[in-house]
Amino acid sequence: MAPKRSKGAASRASSKASEKSKDRTTDSSSPFGSVEDSGVPKDIFPMVITTATQELFECRIDEDLTKDNPFKCLKKDDILQDMRMRAAVSDFHPVKQMVLDYPAEEILLVFDRDFTYGQSFYLVLTEEAKERTLNPPQAVEEQAVQDESDSIICKTPEPISWVSLGSDLEIDEESVVDTRARLKLKISRVRREFGAPVVFSDRNASETPDGYMECMPYQDKNFSIQLLERSTGIQAVPNRKSSTTQTIWKYPRNMYTQYQAREFTAEDKENCMNSENLKNFVNLVASRIEIALQQNEIMDVFFDDWRALSEEEVVFGGKTETHLKEYQSFTDLKFSKDKTISSINWHPTISGVIAVAVTERLSFEERINDSTKLLLNPSLILFWNFSDPLNPQLMLECPDDVFSFEFCPSDPNVIVGGCMNGQVVLWDISAYAERLQGGRAGGGSSTSANTNTIPGFEDKHENETPVMRYCAVSGIENSHKAPVTDVQWLPEHFEVSRTGVPLENKNLMCVQIITCGPDCCVMFWDIRAPRVAAQPVIDKQQKVEQTPLENPNGVPNTFSHLDLSWNPLIRVNLPKIDSSGEYSPLKFSFRDANENQLGGGADKSHHNAENSEGRAGYAQLRVPSAKQLKVLEDVSTRIFVGMEDGELIYTDWKMEKDSDSGRLFSAKPSRCFFVHDGPVNTVRRSPFFKDIILTVGGWTLAIWKEGVMHGPIMLVSCAAKRGTVGHWSLSRPGVFFIGKEDGNVDVWDLMEKTHEPSQTQNISTTSVTCIKPWIVSSKQHLLAVSDNFGTLHILEIPWALRSPVSKEKLIVGRYFEKEVEKLIYFEKQAEMRVKEKKEMDAEELRKKMEPAVPERVVEQIEEKSLKEYQDYLGLEKVMLKDMGLLPKEDSTEI
Amino acid sequence: MAEVEETLKRIQTHKGVIGTIVANAEGIPIRTTLDNSTTVQYAGLLHQLTMKARSTVRDIDPQNDLTFLRIRSKKHEIMVAPEKEYLLIVIQNPSE
Repeated sequence: MAPKRSKGAASRASSKASEKSKDRTTDSSSPFGSVEDSGVPKDIFPMVITTATQELFECRIDEDLTKDNPFKCLKKDDILQDMRMRAAVSDFHPVKQMVLDYPAEEILLVFDRDFTYGQSFYLVLTEEAKERTLNPPQAVEEQAVQDESDSIICKTPEPISWVSLGSDLEIDEESVVDTRARLKLKISRVRREFGAPVVFSDRNASETPDGYMECMPYQDKNFSIQLLERSTGIQAVPNRKSSTTQTIWKYPRNMYTQYQAREFTAEDKENCMNSENLKNFVNLVASRIEIALQQNEIMDVFFDDWRALSEEEVVFGGKTETHLKEYQSFTDLKFSKDKTISSINWHPTISGVIAVAVTERLSFEERINDSTKLLLNPSLILFWNFSDPLNPQLMLECPDDVFSFEFCPSDPNVIVGGCMNGQVVLWDISAYAERLQGGRAGGGSSTSANTNTIPGFEDKHENETPVMRYCAVSGIENSHKAPVTDVQWLPEHFEVSRTGVPLENKNLMCVQIITCGPDCCVMFWDIRAPRVAAQPVIDKQQKVEQTPLENPNGVPNTFSHLDLSWNPLIRVNLPKIDSSGEYSPLKFSFRDANENQLGGGADKSHHNAENSEGRAGYAQLRVPSAKQLKVLEDVSTRIFVGMEDGELIYTDWKMEKDSDSGRLFSAKPSRCFFVHDGPVNTVRRSPFFKDIILTVGGWTLAIWKEGVMHGPIMLVSCAAKRGTVGHWSLSRPGVFFIGKEDGNVDVWDLMEKTHEPSQTQNISTTSVTCIKPWIVSSKQHLLAVSDNFGTLHILEIPWALRSPVSKEKLIVGRYFEKEVEKLIYFEKQAEMRVKEKKEMDAEELRKKMEPAVPERVVEQIEEKSLKEYQDYLGLEKVMLKDMGLLPKEDSTEI
Repeated sequence: MAEVEETLKRIQTHKGVIGTIVANAEGIPIRTTLDNSTTVQYAGLLHQLTMKARSTVRDIDPQNDLTFLRIRSKKHEIMVAPEKEYLLIVIQNPSE
C-alpha cells in the first residue's frame, strides 16, 4: 500500500516540517523556501533511484552517499544521457522537463536517509536551493540561535498555498452526491373515478399474497452492540478534605459561677467614715449635689408642656358637644304598646343587640281586675338589633312580668329573670344565637334568601319574630312571695356553699344567682342539678319514660333538671337591727360582682369560646361536695341592700349556726342607714372603685364608701323631681347618670360640680325607668334609656362625657378620700360637742346642787356694792381735789 | 464624723430624695440609706458608668475631668458626684 504509506509518511513529514518551521524563524531545515503545512517544497523533487542508477551515478546508499555526506552533484548531461538511453525506465524520467530547464551544469542530488520528503533521494531543482543546501546551514543555524536569543519576533505566518495531504478525499467521501439519476414517477387515474361513490367489498386477506403487510418482530442488532467508544465530559475539581482542629469535646460539663459583690465589714465602714479623706470629700461634693437637688425641686426641666396641654384639648364644637345625641329609638307597636320597660340589658358579646323587659303599667288593683286579660297576653322580653328598628329579633316568653333579668357572663345564651309572682326563670337561647348575630329583618319584608320555596308549602311563620319559651322556672312554694326586683349572677371564680361560705368554683362558669324581693329575703340559687339522691333507680325509670316527650314547646332541655323543682340554695333573711320585723329589699350590690358591665365583649367572648370547648354543658354540672372545694378567704361576703322604705343596710350573707337548735339563721345587719325618702331603686358599684356605691331613692341620691360607717360620703337631697334610676359611666370615674320621673336624664360630673348635675337633658315626656350605658368601640359609647311608654332610646355619649380627663381617677379618688376625712372630722366634732355638752350639763347640775345659799348671797352682794359705792365717792373727791376741779358747793351736794 | 453625718442627713431630707449612697473608688458601698441588695447594685453599676464617663471626657480633652453626672430616667433622677477616692450617689424623684 504504497500510497498509504507515502501519505502517512508525507503527513508525518509535513507535520515535522511544519513544527520545525514554526520553531525556527528562518527556514533552516528546509532550505527550499517556505514550507507549507503539508506537502513537499516546490524546488525539490523526491525520487526513487534504483540500485542500477545508483551504481551508474555513483550515489549508492551508504557507500557514496552517507548520512554525513548526503550530497552529490550530478552532471546535467549525464542525466540527460541516461534518460535518452533508458527512456521511460529511467528514474529521472519524471523530472525530465525540470532537468532540461535547469540552468546550471550540475544538479544536486540529496540522499534523504530519513525519508523526509517521501523518498530516499531528492533532487534539488533550483540553483538557490542548491546553494543553500551545499553551503552549510551552520551560519544559518548560528543566525537562528542569535536571532532567538535577541528577541522573539512575532511574525504573522504568510499564507501558503494549500497542499493536499489526502484530507480532501475524506471530505469528498462525506459529501452527498447523486450516484444515479433521480427517478421520476407519474401516477394517473381516470378522471371519472374521482369523487365517485366508493364501493367496498370483502376479501380474504390470506388469499392474495401481497394483500397484507406484516411486521414481523426481529432482533434489533442495535441493542446487542457493544459500546466500544463513548464520549463524556470531564471537569476537574479541586480536592476536598475534611478535618478538624482545636479542643476535644469529649466530656461536656456544666459550669456556673456564683459570685457575691464585695462588701465592707462594719469595722471597715466605721474606719472609712471616720477618715479625714471622707470628710473632705463630703464637704467638697455636698455643694454640687445640693445645687442639683434644688434645681430639680424648682422646676422639672423635662416636663413636656406641649404634650400635657393636648390632653385637655376640647374637640371641635366645644361646649355644645356635651349633649347626648339621639342615636336610635326602638318601640314595638304590637308588643310594647301601653306597656313600660322595667329593665334593659345589652347583650354581652353580640354588639348591637339589646334586650328589654316589657311589663304592664298597671297598679295592683288594676292588675287584679284585668287578670284574665293579662293571662292571655304573655309577658315578653324583646331583643332588638340596631339594624332593624321596627321589629324585634327574638322574644322570650315569661310566666309573668319580668322586673329584672341578666345575661349569664360565662354563657351569653343563658338568661335568668325574676318575675312578678316571685318565680325565677331561666332561658336558653343558643338556638337563636346566630339569628341574633345575623340580624335578619323579621316581620313584614320577605327576604329573597329562600329561593327554593315551593308555592303552597311556604313556611308562614318564617318571617315572624320567633317566640321562645322559658327553659326552667323555680318552684312556686319556695320562691319569693313578692316580685323579684333584682337578679344578679355570682362571678365565675367562686361559688357559695349552703352556709354562705364562699368556695372556689372549679368550673369557671357562673353557676349561682342571687335574687332579692320585697318579701324580706335575699336568696341564692344554684343552676346545677343537685347531687344524686338516694333513689337513682326510680329516677332513671322516670327519665326513660320522659325521653319521648322531649321538647314539646321547642324548648331546649338544658335546665330541665330544674324545671318546676328549683329551690333556692340559701335564704338570707334581713331582720331589723333595732326592732323586730324585717327589711324588704329592692336592690342589692355585692363586692365581687362581674366586670362584665364594662362592655367591649370581644375579649370576653374569646375567653368564653375557649372555655366552652373544654367545659361540659350546664346539664352535666353537679353541685360538688362542699368539703372538696377550697374556701376563698379574700372574697367579701357583705352586701349593701337598698330597701323599700329608703334604708340602706350593710349585712353579711353568711349564715350563722344557732348553737342551741343547730339551725342556720342569718345574722343581723351590721349597719342601717336611713337616708333616702323613697324606695331605693338603685344600688350600684362604681366600675372604677370597688368600694364606692351610688344609691338613688326618692328625692335624694347618695354615694357611699364601703368601710366608712358614719354615713354617705356625698349626699344630695332636695332635688326637684324624684330620681328613678342611676348608673355610673363606664369610661369616666367621676361621671354618673340619673334618670328622673319627668323624663330628664341628669349627667353628674364630679370634676365640675358636686352639688348639682352638670347638665340635664330631656329624653321623653314620661319618667325614665332604666339607664344602661355600653361601650361599643373606643369611638362610640351608647346609653340606653327606657321610659314609661315602652320606648327604648339609644343615645350616643359625646366625646366630652366619655373620655376621661387626665388623672381623673386620681382626682376623683382624692375627692372621695377628702369627703371621708370630712365625715370623720364631723363625727369627731360631733363627739366632742357631745362631750362638751355633757360637761356643761354636769356643771349646771353642780350649780343646781347649791340652792340653800341664795339669800345670804344677795345680802352679801348688797353690802359689797354699797361698800364699793362709798369707796368710789371717796375716790371721786380725791381726784377732783387733785385736779382742782372740786366745786365749792361740794359740801352742800353731799 | 458628726459633720459628715449631718451633711448626709441634710441631703437625704431634701425634697424628693429617695436614697443616698457613699461608695469608695472601687464601687464598694460604705454608707447607704437603701437596702443592701439595691445599694450593691447601684454602687457597682454606677461606678462602672462613672469610669466610662470620666474616660470619655478625658479622651476628648486630657486636661478636663468629670465633676458631676446626672442621669434622668422616667421615674427618677440619679446624681453621681465622683471624686478621687469616693463616690456619692443620690437618687431623687423630681416630679413630686
